[in-house]
Amino acid sequence: MNIWDWEFAWRIMPLLLDAVVITVYATVLGFAFAAVFGLVLALMRRSHRPWISLPTVAFVEFVRSTPLLVQIYFLYFVLPEFGVLMPAIVAGILGLGLHFSTYCSEVYRAGLDGVPRGQWEAAVSLNMSRYRTYRDIVIPQAIPPVVPALGNYLVGMIKETPLLSSIAVVEVMQQAKIIGSETFRYIEPITLVGAFFLVVSLVAMMGIRRTEAWLRQKVLGSH
Amino acid sequence: MDLLRFLPLMLEGAWVTAQITALALLLALVMGFTAALMRLSRYRLLRGVATVYVEVFRGTSALVQLFWMFYVLPHFGVNIDPFMVGWVALGLNIGAYGAEVIRGAIQAVPKGQYEATIAVNMTRWQAMYRVIIPQAIPNMIPPWGNLSIELLKATSLVSLITIADLTFRARQLNDRTFETVEIFTLVLLMYLAMALVITAGMRLLEHYTSRGLGRGGI
Repeated sequence: MNIWDWEFAWRIMPLLLDAVVITVYATVLGFAFAAVFGLVLALMRRSHRPWISLPTVAFVEFVRSTPLLVQIYFLYFVLPEFGVLMPAIVAGILGLGLHFSTYCSEVYRAGLDGVPRGQWEAAVSLNMSRYRTYRDIVIPQAIPPVVPALGNYLVGMIKETPLLSSIAVVEVMQQAKIIGSETFRYIEPITLVGAFFLVVSLVAMMGIRRTEAWLRQKVLGSH
Repeated sequence: MDLLRFLPLMLEGAWVTAQITALALLLALVMGFTAALMRLSRYRLLRGVATVYVEVFRGTSALVQLFWMFYVLPHFGVNIDPFMVGWVALGLNIGAYGAEVIRGAIQAVPKGQYEATIAVNMTRWQAMYRVIIPQAIPNMIPPWGNLSIELLKATSLVSLITIADLTFRARQLNDRTFETVEIFTLVLLMYLAMALVITAGMRLLEHYTSRGLGRGGI
């Protein structure tokens, strides 16, 4: 048996690419959820009411300190006990989204803290409500500087999607394992999956660096 | 109560998790320091090798690396037992992230310190281990604390290559008893407890290593 069989690698490529669609789908939906819910968490954490901010802090710390894999199991096995039934892919996307929303909330927190105090004072002097201050003044200034940091977590999330294979979602890792168990050749499918993640992360990292440079230029240009 | 019945198996699993975390962390420290120093080397070849290591292990997913070592290495006649595959794969993965942390901390030591070592005619090695690294260490501890927590969380992946860690025990007990809510809640709390221990340990370590460096208040 030769070490690397190009013909076999070529033959399994369409199967793997089909599964890549599921990986991308889970990442896009999961990250959309994380980006939105993360902002909600960051704002709740800043609330002046301790019964909102304290549970938020506890939730963020708890989710960040426990493994995503167990959280996915929790959603997949525990929620049905309470009558919430969902397909594995939904549990997986929800798990990814919740886990990364806590990371995103820390990113947003840094962004919100970075808005100069004078902006708040100006909003107060114009008699703007707290809601309007956030919506029109603070959030639009807080988000652009943290886009690269969010991008890092997007890349981080893509690399966590193989965990969905543990609840039998046929994303690219699970597909590779299925191919391996049917053909007894693991080297090509698993190496190809690794190469896929490597290419995606390197390209994404380049994109993030570009965005960072562009943002820096934009900020410098506007002053 | 049922929870008491689960506890012995879970504690056994938690012990496996702790062992894998500790071994992987040691390997990660060794790999991280080696790769960081190589990336700061004068020699292009060393820099290149270290860069490839860091990019490959950061760029491919931890689970893919674990499966690669578990399923593919036996094809080459390399038969390592799953436990070792587990800690080696995770150690290499975290080591790649750690290398960047260490490199950053070393580069953050003020340039004057390097110049001073040249002025007193130290060799590059002397400068590194007597002047630069001792000052860089307190800076690397908080990010290494985060990495250790990431590592602890990542050890749950070894349950997928048949190692009986805490996550594996949770699934096993769940398949047998269907006490799903209690089991998974308890397991999450046990992971949280281990993470808190790591955080506390890192605080102590930070305090201990920054003594005598003239940092912070009195």
